[in-house]
Amino acid sequence: MADLLNFELVSPERLLSSGQVAMVVVPGSEGDFGVLPGHAPMMSTIRPGAISIYEADSNTLTRRIFVDGGFAEVNDKGLTILAESATPVTDLDPARIAVDLVAARAAKDEVAIARFEAMQAAIVN
Amino acid sequence: MASLKALKMRITSVKSTQKITKAMKMVAAAKLRRAQEAAEAARPYSERMASVMASLGATVQVGPESPRLLAGTGKDQVHLLVIASSERGLAGGFNTNIARLARKKMESLLAAGKTVKLLFVGKKARAPFMRTHKELIIGYLDQSHIKNVAFADAKVIADEVTTRYEAGEFDVAHLFFARFRSALVQEPTEIQIIPAALPALGTTDVAVAKDAVPAAVEYEPDEEAILAELLPRNLAVQVFRALLENAASEQGSRMTAMDNATRNAGDMINKLTITYNRTRQAAITKELIEIISGAEAL
Repeated sequence: MADLLNFELVSPERLLSSGQVAMVVVPGSEGDFGVLPGHAPMMSTIRPGAISIYEADSNTLTRRIFVDGGFAEVNDKGLTILAESATPVTDLDPARIAVDLVAARAAKDEVAIARFEAMQAAIVN
Repeated sequence: MASLKALKMRITSVKSTQKITKAMKMVAAAKLRRAQEAAEAARPYSERMASVMASLGATVQVGPESPRLLAGTGKDQVHLLVIASSERGLAGGFNTNIARLARKKMESLLAAGKTVKLLFVGKKARAPFMRTHKELIIGYLDQSHIKNVAFADAKVIADEVTTRYEAGEFDVAHLFFARFRSALVQEPTEIQIIPAALPALGTTDVAVAKDAVPAAVEYEPDEEAILAELLPRNLAVQVFRALLENAASEQGSRMTAMDNATRNAGDMINKLTITYNRTRQAAITKELIEIISGAEAL
C-alpha cells in the first residue's frame, strides 16, 4: 500500500487542508497520538493544542497547526480532523497571547486560560 | 387626463425607482454568489459531522442515560420554534414564506394542546407574530450587525437554545429556514433540532462507503463522552447550515424580486410614455384646430 495517509483538516466554514502526508500527531484529549498510514479505525476528541504534520517522511516535521479542540476520526480512508478553528503555529503571536492569558486569568475564565496556555506550549515546542 | 407636466414627473419618478431596483438586483446577485460559495465551503464539515454522527448512532443505544440533547426530556409538551429570517425586507416572498410555514406548525401544535414558544433569529419574520401571538415570543436574536455568517454566530444561537433547553424551558425544538434550491426556488423548511435525530447509517455517501468495510472503531475517551461533546457541536453545525442556506435564499429571492420590479418599472415607463405622447399630440391638434377655425371665422 501507499506509504501516505490521507489527511483532511476541516473547519465549519471550509476545508482547510487536504492532502497526503506521512504522519500526523494529534493532541487527543487523553494524550497525543500519532497516526500513520494503515492506522486502526478510531475516534477521539481533541484538546486545544498543536497538530504536527509530517509531510514527506515521518522524521521531519513540516507543519504545525494550532486547533481549538474538536474531533479526530481515523477510518480506512484516512484521518479527518473536525476543528472549530485552526491557526498555523507560526502565525501565533506570543506577546498577544501573554496579554490575553493575563486577562483570562483575571477573569478566571478556565476555558480561555487552558486555551492560551496550550498556545504558549505549542509555540515553545 | 393628467397634465403633461404631471405625466413627465411620473415618468421621471418611475425611472429613478427602476434605477434603484436594478442596483439592488445587481447587489443581490453579487451577494448571492458569495453566499453560495460560503454554503458550499461549509459542506465538507457538515458531511463529515453527519457521517461521524451516523457511525456513533449505530453503536450507541439511546436510553435514559443518554445525553438529554439526544434522548429528549421524555415529554412532548412544550415546543420551541426557532424561526430564522432576514433582517432586511424587499426580498420577495422570502420572509413571508418562512413565517407562513412556522405559523402553520404553530397553529397545529396549539390545536393539539401543546405549549408553543417562539424564538426569532432576524426580525423580518417576527413582525407578523408580534401582532397576533406576542405572548408566545420568548426572544429575538439580532443579526443586523452580521455581514457574512460565521460559525461563531451560529454558535451563539445554538448556545442560546441549549441554555434554554438545559433550563427546562421546552421539550422539543424546531428550526425554520429557507432551503436554497436555486436563485428562483427557495423552499421554506422545518427541521427538528432537539432532541437530535441521529442519521441512520447509510444516509450519507461517506457512511455508505464505510459500510462496505465494517471495522471495530476504537473510541477515545468512549462513545458516550464523544457523543456528549459532539451533540452541541452538531446542533451548532445545523444552525450554521441553516443560516448559510438562509443567506443564499434571501439573496436569491431578492434578486428575483428586484428583477421583476425592474421589469415592471420598464413596462410602466413605456405605458406612461405612450400616454405622454398622446396627450402631447392631442394638445397640439387642439391648438391647430383653434388656429384654423379662428382663421376660417375671419
